[in-house]
Amino acid sequence: MLSTLDSFPARADAHPMQPRLYRAHKRHRETPDTFTLELEAAQDDAPFTFAPGQFNMLYVFGVGEVPISICGDPKRSNLLLHTTRDVGMVTHALSRIKRGDVIGVRGPFGTGWDVERAVTRDVLIVAGGIGLAPLRPVLYSILAQRERFGHVSLLYGARMPEELLYMPELQKWRARLDLDVAVTVDRGTRHWRGDVGVVTTLIPKAACDPARTTAFVCGPEVMMRFTIFELQKRGVSDENIVLSMERNMKCGIGLCGHCQWGPHFICRQGPVFRYNEIRDWFALKEI
Amino acid sequence: MDKPSNFVVERAAFPQLFAALDTRGYTIVGPTVRDGAIVYDALRGVDDLPIGWTDAQDGGVYRLARRADAALFGYNTSPHAWKKFLYPPAVRLTHARRENGAWRVMENDDAPPRYAFLGVRACDLAAIEIQDKVFLQGAYQDSIYAARREPAFILAVNCAQAGGTCFCASMGTGPRATQGFDLALTEILEAEQHYFLVQVGTERGAEVLNELAHRQATDEEMARAEKILLETAQHMGRTLDTRDLKALLYQNYEHPHWNAVAARCLACANCTLVCPTCFCSTMEDVTDLSGENAERWRKWDSCFTMDFSYIHGGSVRQTHRARYRQWLTHKLATWIDQFGTSGCVGCGRCITWCPVAIDLTAEVRALRDTETIKGA
Ligand SMILES: Cc1cc2nc3c(=O)[nH]c(=O)nc-3n(C[C@H](O)[C@H](O)[C@H](O)COP(=O)(O)OP(=O)(O)OC[C@H]3O[C@@H](n4cnc5c(N)ncnc54)[C@H](O)[C@@H]3O)c2cc1C
Ligand code: SF4
Ligand code: SF4
Ligand code: FES
Repeated sequence: MLSTLDSFPARADAHPMQPRLYRAHKRHRETPDTFTLELEAAQDDAPFTFAPGQFNMLYVFGVGEVPISICGDPKRSNLLLHTTRDVGMVTHALSRIKRGDVIGVRGPFGTGWDVERAVTRDVLIVAGGIGLAPLRPVLYSILAQRERFGHVSLLYGARMPEELLYMPELQKWRARLDLDVAVTVDRGTRHWRGDVGVVTTLIPKAACDPARTTAFVCGPEVMMRFTIFELQKRGVSDENIVLSMERNMKCGIGLCGHCQWGPHFICRQGPVFRYNEIRDWFALKEI
Repeated sequence: MDKPSNFVVERAAFPQLFAALDTRGYTIVGPTVRDGAIVYDALRGVDDLPIGWTDAQDGGVYRLARRADAALFGYNTSPHAWKKFLYPPAVRLTHARRENGAWRVMENDDAPPRYAFLGVRACDLAAIEIQDKVFLQGAYQDSIYAARREPAFILAVNCAQAGGTCFCASMGTGPRATQGFDLALTEILEAEQHYFLVQVGTERGAEVLNELAHRQATDEEMARAEKILLETAQHMGRTLDTRDLKALLYQNYEHPHWNAVAARCLACANCTLVCPTCFCSTMEDVTDLSGENAERWRKWDSCFTMDFSYIHGGSVRQTHRARYRQWLTHKLATWIDQFGTSGCVGCGRCITWCPVAIDLTAEVRALRDTETIKGA
């Protein structure tokens, strides 16, 4: 059964379409076409609280507004972090933001990964490409309370070594004894000494007890399709496969209609869904 | 109001309505003849109404025609829906100005008129109620809609005849207005008589009625109105079998009939523009030449455009098949899961205004018929 809109938490936000101003504190390059913006409130200094998996609508004045996941540490509410790939008009304008420039922010919107539901369980974080960005807050949350979870693994794949995000952090995580980190690339280069192959090839090898595993998955739709298949093969239940969907979004708050996917508004009931809730829709094309 | 009170206002007293609404500060909008159609626009007085006009509607066909009488509301639906007032086709959401190099978001000076809607049909009342659910009853409210909707005065007019593409009776929305109005009229023309049976819906409606010469309706007059509405309900131009409609559509995403519709559909988006419940919008950004002013405009959008579902790499709904399927399935099925009601009120506009006369009632019938064959 699907919940009707009335059952979603009402927000006091009287002007959800009005952006709040944020100033770029820093922009740094992650990969040749991907960069991270660190933003701080320019209008007021109300702390920004969000749940891992939620997104903001980032507005470049006069250019446009796009949904971008929040990828920072939920505990550090003074800085807002967004990792973005330059693929088009608005993301390109974002890539040219300089320290001190001001942009508009609306959010946070959408559902989160619900890390709390994975407490005591084994966790598989499966990310493809830029899909690591919305999953990074999951890692921060888990690592901040590591003892409450079972075995935790990060399986991360990108097309090429230079497309891997957050390299310094990946190295640090890799050194931890309480976290498995496996990284693979579709195509290696001369200097690449890690795994080669798509990220789904890491799933059969991941240490976890499928019956008590929660998998958080984000990446291109095809990658998620094969990931689900591999996870099911290992015996992870559909209810415990959690993924983040992407559709065109113009409002982020259930009013513009663009993000509809069958009965779902991805901006509201999603972007994060449990696979059992969306199985039927996931199987259809051009929905 | 425990029991519905019915009154009679004579045709001769009808002009007093305009004065009553005018003194209350309303901007009066209602039906008027323009460019070969009966559209909704500002009205100055009773003479602006489509007196003695009617419309003939069918799949892809709309024609104005003369009536034999001088009815004020002797037509069916207008190509416009009231949504153009409550949910404007283009509206500025944000205005930011760069001052000394720093962007400042300006206060939105949205001061909409207080509308009085004259001649709202039962189907359109139901459509407004549906848009209320979309814009006002979710977790986030649309303040632009709210500012126009809340003060609006609604004078409903029951349909004394059914149009060629109407099927409100199938959708349970008409032809009688049952709620959501301040006043509801039934226009009665008989022999030498021309009067309105009036039902009061709100205190505010009663106050307006009090400024018009009126009297209690007789049982006979009430029975006459009943008979008219019964007849209207029996003469719908179209019908739609709504039994298990949601399940029918959910189970037929891959039905071959979608290809047949797609072969005809031009993806022109007319159906979504005329539909009184369609609510999709897009954003447009504009800057002035100096680059010191940036505005965001919200505009009506349609799921029939290629851009609508665009994400990096290509649109999700590439084919006309997918787009028509999305529209119809949204109207009649997914809407129910989203808002607890059908998204179609049976006004027939999408049938009348489709350039190739695609008729959703016929498409559903085709899906259903072949379904039955399949199941047999
Ligand atoms: C919930 C959610 C979270 C996202 N998080 C991130 C993130 O953390 N990092 C990141 O780099 N990207 C993210 N994206 C994708 C990002 O929104 C698009 O890359 C971006 O909208 C492209 O806009 P553009 O103007 O640069 O591209 P253009 O190709 O010029 O796009 C034109 C318009 O189409 C729409 N559009 C295009 N692609 C997408 C898309 N993939 N999703 C939604 N709308 C789109 C936008 O309205 C855009 O303005 C996310 C998308 C969603 C839905
Ligand atoms: S779908 Fe067609 S008949 Fe139904 S409300 Fe919309 S325009 Fe009217
Ligand atoms: S169904 Fe008719 S009105 Fe609607 S998009 Fe297709 S051709 Fe246009
Ligand atoms: S993004 Fe507008 S409804 Fe979801």
